[in-house]
Amino acid sequence: MTLRSMPISARIGLAGILFVFACAIFAPIIAPYDESAIVGEVWAPMGGDFLLGTDNLGRDLLSRLIYGARATLFVALSATVISFSIGMFLSFTAVVSGGVVDQVLSRLNDLLMSVPALILALVVLAVLPQNIWILIVVMAVIDSTRVYRIGRAVALDVSVMDFVEAAWLRGEGKLWIIFREILPNTLAPLLGEFGLRFAFSILFLSTLSFLGLGIQPPIADWGGMVKDNKDGIIFGVSASLTPGAAIAFLVVCVNLVVDWLINTTSSLKGARDNA
Amino acid sequence: MPEMLSVKNLRIEVTARQTDGSATNLVLVDDVSFDVGKGRVLGLIGESGAGKSTIGLSALAYGRGGVRIESGQILLDGQDIARLGLRGIRAVRGARVAYVAQSAAAAFNPAHKLGRQVIEASIRHGIMTRAEATKRAAYLFGILGLPDPDTFGERFPHQVSGGQLQRAMTAMALCANPELIVFDEPTTALDVTTQIEVLAAIKHAIVETQTAALYITHDLAVVAQISDDIMVLRHGKTVEYGSTRQIIEAPRADYTRALVSIRQTTRQEARPSDDAQLRVDGMTAGYSAMDVLHDVSLVLPRGQTLAVVGESGSGKSTLARVITGLLPPKAGTVSFSGAALPPARKDRSREQLRRIQMIYQMADTAMNPRQKIRDIVGRPLTLYFGMRGTAKTERVKELLDQIEMGPQFLDRFPAELSGGQKQRVAIARALAAKPELILCDEPTSALDPLVAEGILKLLLRLQAETAVSYLFITHDIAIVRAIADRVAVMHRGKVVREGVKSAVLSPPFDDYTDLLLRSVPEMEIGWLERVLDGRRAVPQVPGAAIELERS
Repeated sequence: MTLRSMPISARIGLAGILFVFACAIFAPIIAPYDESAIVGEVWAPMGGDFLLGTDNLGRDLLSRLIYGARATLFVALSATVISFSIGMFLSFTAVVSGGVVDQVLSRLNDLLMSVPALILALVVLAVLPQNIWILIVVMAVIDSTRVYRIGRAVALDVSVMDFVEAAWLRGEGKLWIIFREILPNTLAPLLGEFGLRFAFSILFLSTLSFLGLGIQPPIADWGGMVKDNKDGIIFGVSASLTPGAAIAFLVVCVNLVVDWLINTTSSLKGARDNA
Repeated sequence: MPEMLSVKNLRIEVTARQTDGSATNLVLVDDVSFDVGKGRVLGLIGESGAGKSTIGLSALAYGRGGVRIESGQILLDGQDIARLGLRGIRAVRGARVAYVAQSAAAAFNPAHKLGRQVIEASIRHGIMTRAEATKRAAYLFGILGLPDPDTFGERFPHQVSGGQLQRAMTAMALCANPELIVFDEPTTALDVTTQIEVLAAIKHAIVETQTAALYITHDLAVVAQISDDIMVLRHGKTVEYGSTRQIIEAPRADYTRALVSIRQTTRQEARPSDDAQLRVDGMTAGYSAMDVLHDVSLVLPRGQTLAVVGESGSGKSTLARVITGLLPPKAGTVSFSGAALPPARKDRSREQLRRIQMIYQMADTAMNPRQKIRDIVGRPLTLYFGMRGTAKTERVKELLDQIEMGPQFLDRFPAELSGGQKQRVAIARALAAKPELILCDEPTSALDPLVAEGILKLLLRLQAETAVSYLFITHDIAIVRAIADRVAVMHRGKVVREGVKSAVLSPPFDDYTDLLLRSVPEMEIGWLERVLDGRRAVPQVPGAAIELERS
């Protein structure tokens, strides 16, 4: 897994992600204006003082985009990572333990999944204090039910293979079976799922922001910016399209990198570099 | 006499694309020529990768996965089918050339009745009307010896046995009255007692319909029964081509001689001993309500080999699962070195687990594809003996040496090894635990004959060196002769015969052992007819031959 063996598509994806990261980290230096300062008229066109125009309150869109990378990246990425950690660990434990443990975990998972995700999030977030960490954890837990489903399905396929049986017969513990025998052989489909789930959590975050339970104004996030400016489309203002394009850009970049990871982890000979 | 199929200087290549974008040409078949006349059978024989199937499919002008016919001619009744356009080839396939695949179970669509699938090609090509085709199918079911030929087509694929399914597929190929049929290992997936029925049926049908046939197999003994000529292939090249009699009785090439003389090794059995390594008493086991094993009792003396023989579904593998503790028995005990073993794996100590190791049939799935050979072989060393670092690496090298593989394999992944090498690594992993008993579950049945023989020799040498005991599960009598001290014959979950090898394999036989022994193909022309004549003379063993479990 070296930079030299990376195909051009993965390099583009990685460059894009690094670019967004750079924007997030150096936002105060790069951004021409403050993210919450009202600096011009409502929905000013592109060009002039404001490279991308202004939003529905007259704030500079470019500056908000740059600052918005912070919240979007941080919340969506950590929620996805946490949801995968929870979902994969629990699903693998269920598969490896079987019996009652599997039943209890799977039925609890069904229970959580049977409540629509948005309603569940609304109820929980309305009760708990408004805090970015709580937001992340709630998003992660809700999302982890989907990861659990997939994780259990792929792990079941692997767990009946002879080499897993051989490991049991050798007297290995559950943790070895989970992390050394099953996990490496399920990475490809799970990474693919990661690329998809990451996109979904950006959208889910924007939905929550729109309902007032996500990221709180005046802090910018891309999804929220789409919602703020959506009425502008009627008047031919492109202000809601630019943050939308930014979301698309980030998701495409993440998926380009994920595609490459899937290739290297599913090709058994290519696996020699990262095993 | 005009040849039905005439292949001249056939060369088939495939372009392999590397990850870095470069392309290399691999030659799969190189300069192969042969002729098959009407009503005659040509056997194509060779190990995997020899190009047999590629040649067979080329007779349908078909190549799997980007394979292309580079040069040469494939003349079907004087017409070069490799030069035909798509439309022309479509008219040939299924109508003039038909194909019988290895796994009939996978080749039939489980959602449709057999009859409909058998007559499909004839109707599609407009050769017959539905009524005519149905009539012909019934006729073919009859000559192939299928039960109730008139209504057999009404059944679904899952309602008939594996051997019957394979014969139904032969009927499907014959239905359109093709000029040529390609049989691609039609009996390899079947049990010996079923194989003999299918072979006889195919042979009879070819004689009746006067079709030309290509018969692809890796088993020389099988092809000797059915074909008029034999072509031996290796690495895509012709090794030897001649009449069946010449190949079997006077092979010229070294490779052919090796193939003919294989399976003739025998070993002197060890003296009976009272020092039992493994003893199974009154074992009954199964899944939920169904019992797979009924009251099984076995003894394996220390340092010896017990071969468990039987066909698929006889419960051999279940026996191994019970001994390892994966499937706790419903009744009976397993004792090891005189002490009773806890029935379930979870209750056994690591030391108890260490002393029994297992070698699987499919080495591909028995090793984690994401671990290097170093880790696969080294893990038992760390787990059981706490070895780490250089000591561990040295010991892994020693073990690789024992299985006749060098240290250059240390950092390879299983996917980078050949089938025989993988099975050797699996043996090294078992050896690493310093076991007293190794359960071998058909370790050679997925391998080519010469490779399998190498594995058997290795196992025998290791037994001589380490005094390990083997419980060897197999369906192949030749292997039993080669390695066993004691033999247990299993049939439908019961041990029908058990004892030292010489006693079990010599008369008087019980009915089932007799059938099993006589069904093993021998490297002898006319064997099939002799056995079938013998069978007709003796009344059939009830329920043994045809009506077997589905594969």
